[in-house]
Amino acid sequence: MSAPAAETWLQVRPEGLYCVPGDFFIDPLRAVPRAVITHAHADHARPGHGAVLASAETLALMRARLGAGAAGARQQPVGLGEALTLGGVRLWLAPAGHVLGSAQVAMEYRGQRVVVSGDYKRAADPTCAGFEPVRCDVFVTEATFALPVFRHPRAGDEIVKLLASLALFPERSHLIGCYALGKSQRVIALLRQAGWQRPIYLHGTLMPLCRLYEALGVPLGELRPVIGATKAELAGAVVLAPPSALADRWSGRLADPVTALASGWMQVRARARARGVELPLVISDHADWDALNATIDETGAAEVWVTHGAEEALVHAATRRGVRARALRLIGYGEEAGEDGGEAP
Amino acid sequence: MKPFAALLERLAFTQARGAKLALLQRYFAATPDPDRGFGLAALTGGLRLATARPAQIRALIAARTDPELFALAYDYVGDLAETVALMWPAADEGAAPPGLAEVIAALERTPREAVPGQLAAWLDRCDASERLALLKLITGGLRVGVSARLAKVALAGLGAGGVAVEAIEEVWHALTPPYGALFAWLEGRGERPDPAGAPSFRPPMLAHPLEADDFARLDLAAYRAEWKWDGVRVQLAAGPGGRALFSRGAEDISAAFPDIVAAMGFAAVLDGELLVVREGMVAPFADLQQRLNRKAAPARLLASHPAAVQLYDMLFDGEEDLRALPFDARRARLEAWFARARPARMGLSPLLPVAGRAALAALRDGAREAGIEGLMLKRADSPYLAGRPKGLWWKWKRAPLTIDAVLLYAQHGHGKRGGLYSDYTFGLWREDGTLVPVGKAYSGFTDAELTFLDRWIRTHTVARFGPVREVEKTLVLEVAFDAAQRSTRHKSGVALRFPRISRIRTDKPANEADRLDTLLGLIGPGKD
Repeated sequence: MSAPAAETWLQVRPEGLYCVPGDFFIDPLRAVPRAVITHAHADHARPGHGAVLASAETLALMRARLGAGAAGARQQPVGLGEALTLGGVRLWLAPAGHVLGSAQVAMEYRGQRVVVSGDYKRAADPTCAGFEPVRCDVFVTEATFALPVFRHPRAGDEIVKLLASLALFPERSHLIGCYALGKSQRVIALLRQAGWQRPIYLHGTLMPLCRLYEALGVPLGELRPVIGATKAELAGAVVLAPPSALADRWSGRLADPVTALASGWMQVRARARARGVELPLVISDHADWDALNATIDETGAAEVWVTHGAEEALVHAATRRGVRARALRLIGYGEEAGEDGGEAP
Repeated sequence: MKPFAALLERLAFTQARGAKLALLQRYFAATPDPDRGFGLAALTGGLRLATARPAQIRALIAARTDPELFALAYDYVGDLAETVALMWPAADEGAAPPGLAEVIAALERTPREAVPGQLAAWLDRCDASERLALLKLITGGLRVGVSARLAKVALAGLGAGGVAVEAIEEVWHALTPPYGALFAWLEGRGERPDPAGAPSFRPPMLAHPLEADDFARLDLAAYRAEWKWDGVRVQLAAGPGGRALFSRGAEDISAAFPDIVAAMGFAAVLDGELLVVREGMVAPFADLQQRLNRKAAPARLLASHPAAVQLYDMLFDGEEDLRALPFDARRARLEAWFARARPARMGLSPLLPVAGRAALAALRDGAREAGIEGLMLKRADSPYLAGRPKGLWWKWKRAPLTIDAVLLYAQHGHGKRGGLYSDYTFGLWREDGTLVPVGKAYSGFTDAELTFLDRWIRTHTVARFGPVREVEKTLVLEVAFDAAQRSTRHKSGVALRFPRISRIRTDKPANEADRLDTLLGLIGPGKD
């Protein structure tokens, strides 16, 4: 008996990817009655849904970002690997390794298994559970960095660059632009792993999420707000701010700052230059080219749907390996992230 | 290769002079001989290496990657060396990159046809950052914004005692890579190298841009006026010990201009502007660019793009240092010397009449021919001082012309602007209500404007032709340009000189953009 084509029960609608028998959307782009959310970034976790099913961490982060009232009228936390059935669809979450709480959505319907990756990475991250590949028939993957020029270096090596710069310019603040959710906490944790014990100073918008990470069991060491710090304290200090705050002089107390940006886009020099960055740090929370292709192969999927990013190259590469691949052309992820100038975090 | 690659990577993103100096000094202090000396040579243009052509690099990557993926990646990144560096198959764990000295020694004995194979073998041992450094080195385009002068300032601070940068300039042209004797001297381990009369570079005197209120305050009687030439500032240094043509940044560009060097049979240090001149007419700047950044000049190019120098100052007459003399006295010495020496390929940049503010402004605005970008105003009593002293020399560029045009097409930039839509084709309205392209601009915008335009183009694309995107005809750009010239090669019948984006007019509807007739009315007189 052959299973029905996945398109018959998993459809692209204006609101986003829709599971017909389960009657829910995955990461819908506008408010819907029932949503499954992969992770708490703004372009995936939008406000105003009715019922929201997600990991407990994702729900906590959504409440913190959107306010308890907008993070879903009914919130249903699901543990990773804990299966439930919705309208004949067996559904469970598997870790995606993107940010704390991030998950892939695995669905089985009439003998066919589809896995929606959400955003994911394969590199180790001290702040969240690592990605686990799930064998499936159809793999729905992101493609943010799906060009063969994106081969992210080890994040630890980028931190070594940062520490070398701190040693060379000990009197200058090092201002690092980091997306507020996930990247900031990962950079802090990586610095701690590398032995940086001094207080790390934060732009006001980053503090609540860092505190929430700590409450959820991710220790980050001593964090201080920039507001209130003296010029002397900030000389030679690591200061984190959202990327949008790099350009404006939000704090005159920073001593002749070395401006850094932690992002996968920093791999391409013109991108880094366009942001006026002096120290590009190629630290990404997405899978790079090699990891995207390896993951497709590990899932064993005969068919791949590409949601957002550089679909053309990934579809081409997967097709060359005999995998049926097509672009879903979902609009609204990544491009709208705003905070990072068009980068999906 | 690793320290050199790390240095290039940091320099590529560092704007501040002080930070560049710190990076250079750390590199020179921490890198052993002879690698640091070869690094210095690479930065200051002192290497003469067998190079690889872009087509050879493309062939190397084509043998290792899927052509369609390469095309997509190259379109995105915009820079060939960077695309190849990023896409090249990863080195085996534990592979060690070649040292800089090893690379240079091998390139000196590698026949040209064997360079690509040798390059590939090295790339296999490098990480992405080292691959990029190697590719830039071998394709001859480091472009990290370090002038020879800046490198020497960094060297001056290297030793414990410190050596004046002028003292380094004096011995510089007697030295060769990897500069072991130089480092030994700077670090107090050796004697000062003997310059043996070799020509040396003197830091030039620079001008401030003249703003409207500066002009109103200027006591014109105290100033002399010259054309501001649209060429490259050069210093000609010649004497019994040799001849050298230096750029403003102390780069020795003699090898690219043998025609000028051949005419330097004199003993003097002169300041002037390098131009391409055909039959007495200064050619557009683009023609001069053909001659720049070359390690040698082919005979064909020397004939088709002959170089010349307009002289405007004299620093040394023989051994005599004239720099403390006032401008008028130096000018008299220059004129007297020129009348005697009559060097080929050189002319005296004329002094222009200073007959009041209005006349001077008219002179500046009337100067729209190729080779002139405005006026220089120099105080008659100014000594020749290194650097940019305040209030002595002014550069007064003519005001640009502007039109409001509609954005039609956009293309990815290359090199520095790679990956972003930074090449813009714009057009004006014709009588019949259609838009005709009148030019392309790829500069003038701020980083923030570039980000805006890139995003706007991606979200307003109506068609794609290979790398070109056609956009909705709704965005008005104010385009500044130096002159409009009649052209039979352009559909519009007009060519713009140095068009650049001066403003984005999101406030202006496209139907209020300028008409082609308006531009035709701006065409300069008699320059068909």
